[in-house]
Order: sequence, then C-alpha cells, then structure tokens
Amino acid sequence: MSKKSTASAEKKAESAPAATDYSRVAVNSRLSREEKIELHRKMVRIRRFEERSLRAYQAKKIGGFLHLYIGQEAVAVGCCSLMGPNDHVITAYRDHGHAIAVGMDLNPLMAELYGKATGCSKGKGGSMHYFDPSRNFWGGHGIVGGQIPLGVGLAYGIKYKGLKGAAMAFMGDGAVNQGAVHEAYNLAALWKLPVVFVIENNGYSMGTSQARSSAGELAKRAEGYDMPWGQCNGHDLYEVRACMDKYLTLAREKHQPSTVEIDTYRYRGHSVADPDNTYRSKQEIEEYRRTKDPIQVFQQELLAEGVLDEATIEKIDAQARAEADTAADFAEASPFPTTDDIQKDVYWEADNPAERKSKGRLFFD
Amino acid sequence: MPLITYREAVRHALAEEIERDRNVVVMGEEVAQFNGAYKVTEGLLARFGPDRVVDTPISEAGFIGMGIGASMLGIRPVMELMFWSFYSVAFDQILNNAANVRYMSGGQIHCPIVIRGPANGGTNVGATHSHTPENVLANHPGVKVVVPATAYDAKGLLKSAIRDNDPVFFLENTMLYGEKGEVPTEEYLIPLGLADVKRQGTDLTIVTYGRSVLHSLAAAAVLEKEHDLSVEVVDLRSIRPLDIDTVLTSVAKTHRVLIVEEQKPFASVGAQLTYMIQREAFDELDGPIHRVTTVDAPAIYSPPVETEQLPNPQRVLKAALELVAGTE
Repeated sequence: MSKKSTASAEKKAESAPAATDYSRVAVNSRLSREEKIELHRKMVRIRRFEERSLRAYQAKKIGGFLHLYIGQEAVAVGCCSLMGPNDHVITAYRDHGHAIAVGMDLNPLMAELYGKATGCSKGKGGSMHYFDPSRNFWGGHGIVGGQIPLGVGLAYGIKYKGLKGAAMAFMGDGAVNQGAVHEAYNLAALWKLPVVFVIENNGYSMGTSQARSSAGELAKRAEGYDMPWGQCNGHDLYEVRACMDKYLTLAREKHQPSTVEIDTYRYRGHSVADPDNTYRSKQEIEEYRRTKDPIQVFQQELLAEGVLDEATIEKIDAQARAEADTAADFAEASPFPTTDDIQKDVYWEADNPAERKSKGRLFFD
Repeated sequence: MPLITYREAVRHALAEEIERDRNVVVMGEEVAQFNGAYKVTEGLLARFGPDRVVDTPISEAGFIGMGIGASMLGIRPVMELMFWSFYSVAFDQILNNAANVRYMSGGQIHCPIVIRGPANGGTNVGATHSHTPENVLANHPGVKVVVPATAYDAKGLLKSAIRDNDPVFFLENTMLYGEKGEVPTEEYLIPLGLADVKRQGTDLTIVTYGRSVLHSLAAAAVLEKEHDLSVEVVDLRSIRPLDIDTVLTSVAKTHRVLIVEEQKPFASVGAQLTYMIQREAFDELDGPIHRVTTVDAPAIYSPPVETEQLPNPQRVLKAALELVAGTE
C-alpha cells in the first residue's frame, strides 16, 4: 500500500505497542447488541445507497457531480453515532455518508440526486448540498474548506447559548491547505470553541496524492494553534468511536477544540467523472478492499463477538439493497420542481410574506 | 430632535439592538477594546461587555464565516468589516455561504447576519481600500444590500437590518461618519427597500444613494438658484430590495433622469436602474438617461485628483445641465 508514507506512520509501525482492543474501550463496550447491529446496518445502507446512486447516474438519472463515500463508511457512522442532542455536523461535498449517518431517510436523499421536488433540498441543492437542520446536519458544502469557518460558527453558537455540545467540522485531506481552514483553526483555539475538526484522509485530493499536495503531517498542523490532535484508523469503526469520543468529550466538557485525522480510503474516483486511471493503481484499491474494508472489518468483529451471524448479515444486506431500490423508485416517481419553484427558498421574507417587513422588489428580470 | 452624527446613529442602533435581543453580538476587528477603527462602536464594550462586543483577529474569511455559521443556529451577529473593501478575502463565505445556504437547503436554513462597514472612496487610501461593492453584492439573490446616506436613515435601517431574517449587507461611508442629522430620541425603524425623496422637483429626477445623495442635493440647490431648474432627488437607501416604484413615479413627473452613484460604470447599480427605467417607463422619458459614476479606473491616490474621479457636486451639476440641454 503506497497511498501515504508519512514519517510518523512508519515510526508508529516500528514502535507499535501492543494493539489496543477498541471493542473494550468504554464507548464501545457499553454498546448493546442492537446498537452494534445498527452501526453495521448504517454502513451497509450507505454502501448500497451509493452503489444504487451510481447505477442511477450511469442510467443518466442524475446530473452534475456524484462523489461517492464507498470505502469511508466507518468514518461518518463512527463519528455521528457519538452525537448527543447538542452536537452538530457540517461537511464538504462527499456528504451522503454523513447524511445517512445522522439519520436522514434514503428516499429524500435519492430524490435530491434525481433533482426532484421531494428531495431533501427540494431538488435545489443536489448531491453536494444535503442538509437536515432538524438532525443538526448543516450540509453538504461545495467549496473545499469553505464549510470549516461555518463549523466554528456552530461551535460559537453552542457555547454562546450555554449548551453542552460540540460541532464536528469534516473536511477531506485536500482542504487542509485552504486558508479558511487555518483561519478557522485559529479562531477555535483562540476562543476555546467546542469543535472537532475531522480530516477524512483518503490519501488523494481529487487526483493529487497527499505526498504531492501537503507538506508535513496533516493533523499536526493543529500544534501551531496549540490544539490537541490525534490520528486514527478509519477502517475500524470501534477505533473511530474510541478516538472521537475522547476529542468530543474535550470539546463538550472543556470547550477544547482539536483536530483528528482519520485514515480512510475511497474505492471510487474523486467523483464519477474521474476515470481513476492516472494517479493510483488498481492493485492499491484492491488491496484496501481485501484487507481494510470497513464493513468487512466490523462484520468480522461482530461475527467474532457473536453479535452477528451469516443469516443476519445477509438479511441486513438484502434490506439495504431493497431500501436503496425503493429510494430510487420513489425518486423516479416523484415530480420535478416546477419553474415556479426556482424563485422560492431564496429569501426568508419572500417565503414568509405575512411576516415580511421590507418593501420593494426582491427579484429582478 | 437631537442633532447627532451618522457615526453616533449607527452606534445607537447597535446599542439598542444589543439591549433588545440577547442573540445580537457585535464582532469585528478593533470593535471592542480599540473602540472601533472609526469609533463607530466606541463605548459599547464598556457598556455591554466582551460577550456582546467581540474583537476578532484580522481574519475576515474566518470570522465572517464563523458569524454565518452562528447565524444558522439563531445568533444574530453584526459583523464589522473595517472596510467593505476587505470583503474580497471573505468572498466565498459571504457570497457562497450566506447567500446560497437557504436555497441549497431548500429553505430549511436562514442566516440572520448583518455585515456592516464603510464602502467608499475619497479618503486617499488607494485602490485596495476604496471599493464600493454594492453592485457585486446585489448580484447575488438571497442577500439584501443597504446604503444609507443620513444619520436618520442609518439608524432606522440598521435596526431593521439586525431584525431581518435574511443576510443584510450594510454599506456605510467614512466620509459621512461625521455628518450630522436630526434623529429622534424615541425608537423608530425604517423598512428596507423603501426609497426616500430627499428633495421634491419637477424638471429632473436624480436617482442616487449613499454619499452621492449629498452631492446631488448640493447640485440641486445650485440648479434651482442659478438655472431655475427644479430637481427631484430620490435616495434609494436600499439597493436590494429595490424601491423602483418611487423612482418610476418621479420619472413620470419629471421625464428626465440622471443617475449619480459612486460606482465604476460597468454593470453598476445605475446600469440596472437604467434597464428598469427604460423597460418600465420608456414613454415617460424625454431623452436618454445620463449618469455620473466614478471615473473608470482603480481609485487614484492623489488627493486632489481623487475628488475629481468620484462624483462631486460640480460633476453632478455639469451632467444635469448637459442632460437638460439635450432634452429641451
């Protein structure tokens, strides 16, 4: 595996202590049988949703970009499974996994991809712009790194209101080189805002490997802002939960922001428009699939624990496939928004005419 | 009515809204301990404390983005840009995030944020600090843009802006901060999107806003006294929403239109107005619409020349006389 070869990764391998059994860490050992199965189910649902959406894209049912989360499922599911009522999430454009992880239904998610009025954003946002504030999910943002200051704002809001909670601001490894991310780091550290910056490091910012795009270790940049930082293996859901629990607790209890880099891998191209034949080898992808697949890893774990059996695994998979198919049927059968809808949801005031205070024209032709 | 400065009027609006609504927070570079780069926020820290009046680092993309994120959770940040010219380093936050997040979420989110600060030339600070981005801002559906010319308008409009549930960009003017005007002691609000006829007239309509209102009024006085011309001055006050009806009513009265704006000419607010007036009142016009803009170049430093680059009473006077001569 040649995806990344940072000094510290090698160092870790040299001096690897006895491997931690993350299933025994409190945040995992206290999980009930049903909760563990649910975590597994969520990852499977993400994968089947993504595969189904890819088929829909290939059938030309979906326009624009489609950034698939396949291979990274343990990151979103692990992190979002730790959310309490005052915890909030914001992410970039590879957002389907987070949306499902926070509990959004597949029907409106698929319908959004189809550009339908029943989509979670009424067909106005598309793949990169999923939102569900009722589940503390604030998008789904298209510009690399642009969502990170917003995530700090969520943390500011949590603290200002005196709530015990944390914001998780997700970004890819490519985002760490954007200025807005560093400005956000500084503000969070300076003002002790309860945010965990989560770098989902899949090794490639689009087609440019980490080695070709980023100097130094990604999470370590937090040191410059006096923030604690950590790294973990994002192929192991238990490890993701164990690591994130520590940093979320710091944020909630002490308003201590931090940066966590989660090692992960995407099996598909940057987006479906990426032929994926210029910057990495098929062997590399195959190796990840074979040895590190997050669903397989967790499945084996739960089989060993006696939580899952083959019949249950098959049933969960069949249900997830059926659910994704149902979502595609729902999307297919749903109406498109109309041209009358184009100018709705632009201004709060225009959408709430009875409460409008301003005068004059809001729209122009 | 007490006579107070534009600066004090903005400050009073901030203080009243901080007092009224626990969610209102004033933030920006030097707004607290330094008492404001232009002393607009002077005394607010002492009065309301560091939770409500917050100094930020020089980090516009960071703190403006942070304010937008906080506004999604119901905080009402009033963010000061020391100069609106610095919007360029926060462009993505202002015009991708604040302007678009409601739409992209299918109406699930709104951003009740105000970004305010001066946007003007005339202070000999060169091209980087003299931008007037109201046209650029107003080009983005989802945002509101307000440019008050007087102390009275600044206070009433800012209070409305802070209570508005959409993002409002409030463009002040360092050259106006010291201008005094009558402002009532009792509370009042001015709705956004309502123009104000600052001077009644019958021969020519000047459509203008911001500091150009003062230039236009000065020119109008001379036009009346020395040229027997009755000039109506329509102050838009708000660019988006836009009170085009007041403009059209005036055009129907005078049949001649001069637009005066501190904008570069290409795709300016005046260009939009011109389109709308010809589209909706073509038959009312006795001749082509004229305009006075900033002379089309980056802001020059040289102090006496900058005065000539910007609209000023002499340039307005000259343009008005040319327009009238061409339609007699």
